[in-house]
Amino acid sequence: MNILLAAALKVVGVLVFVMANAFMLIWLERKVSGYIQRRYGPLRVGGPAGIYQSAADILKLLAKEDFMPGGADRWLWLLAPVVSMVPAVLVYLVLPIGRTFTLQDLGVGLVFFSSVTSFTLLAIFMAGWGSNNKYSLLGAMRAGAQLFSYEVPLILSTIGVVLIAGSLRLQTIVAAQTQHGWFFFEQIVGFIVFFIASIAELNRTPFDLAEGESEIIAGYHTEYSGMRWAMFMLAEYSNLFTSSALGVALFFGGWHGPWLPGWVWFLLKTYIVVFVGMWIRWTLPRIRIDQLLDLGWKFLLPVSVANILGTALVLMVR
Amino acid sequence: MEKYLDILVFTLAGAAFPLIAVGGGLILRRRYPDVEKERAYESGELPIGDARIPFHISYYVFALVFLVFDIESVFLYPWAVIYLHLNHVLAFLEIVVFVGILLAGWLYAWKKKVLSWM
Repeated sequence: MNILLAAALKVVGVLVFVMANAFMLIWLERKVSGYIQRRYGPLRVGGPAGIYQSAADILKLLAKEDFMPGGADRWLWLLAPVVSMVPAVLVYLVLPIGRTFTLQDLGVGLVFFSSVTSFTLLAIFMAGWGSNNKYSLLGAMRAGAQLFSYEVPLILSTIGVVLIAGSLRLQTIVAAQTQHGWFFFEQIVGFIVFFIASIAELNRTPFDLAEGESEIIAGYHTEYSGMRWAMFMLAEYSNLFTSSALGVALFFGGWHGPWLPGWVWFLLKTYIVVFVGMWIRWTLPRIRIDQLLDLGWKFLLPVSVANILGTALVLMVR
Repeated sequence: MEKYLDILVFTLAGAAFPLIAVGGGLILRRRYPDVEKERAYESGELPIGDARIPFHISYYVFALVFLVFDIESVFLYPWAVIYLHLNHVLAFLEIVVFVGILLAGWLYAWKKKVLSWM
């Protein structure tokens, strides 16, 4: 019974964090995009720097009419937001938040993370196929090709870190960096591949072909509105946080840092990576699909394989 | 056991959360069904035909190449974990052969132009 209570407490904590995180990130993204484009972003709704805008958005989404497009595949359409939310919540289990604080420190943490996040594609495809809308299907097909292409470099780029740390447990990988120094310096090639591939996995500009507003309306979530649409956005912002957190754990020493407690460092580093992601999103234009696939298959894949072999060679000689 | 319980609870909660969120809005929202509203959006025109059309074969080739490399990564993980405890030279040569065979297949796919967009 106690274990069940502990699990329930953990999951409530995570859900509260997911909502608070989305609340902050929606506001932050609009502010960052505003200042990058030399305007102010939300201001008029009120609060410090217009932060009540997020609350107003949530109220609007709650009150919005909920209807299903005619000809939609009922169950696929209804279940897609649910399926997109499950992996977003599950990955919080393995994040090494503090020195002794992980919700559930699985021995295969890294594999768990990458296998769970690949379910996101399933949700996107369910939404695209279920909607009976041409734009949705186009977006889903593009998302399929894109997530396939970037999952391989994403996984391969982490193997260099695993080689040095000798473990898939994220807590052990972070602990290895406290003696060894951040893996960012030795695995800079791995980090660059990881960062590009994780932006692509998140469907964010310059890789937002799956939902490019100016080409295919909103891609796979064209037919969603109100709270169902909000679930996709909630999962997306949650994934933005968790994949940045994984990058911090693998390459930037996780909770390791002087003076402040571990979890503060972890959150601080993660939000810095999130901010860099936003900076890239609002600076670069969208790329074409042939450029996207070429970058994935003909550049990132060989580079990440070369990184693995190079790391193994250096470790052998050492 | 505790680990599996946590994963189960997280999965169920992750599935329950959207249902509660969508259900929770029922108090606030009204519903005015309308034929026009429920029609699939196609830039304001009447939708032409069914949206679920057959797609180009190149998507499936990408999926096949992806499968090959995904399985490769599953083999690479255990190798990477125990690499420091192995006979380094032998372990390195073995993985060079393994990755080399896959890269030969990858080069073949590239030369056959299945990795470029049609």
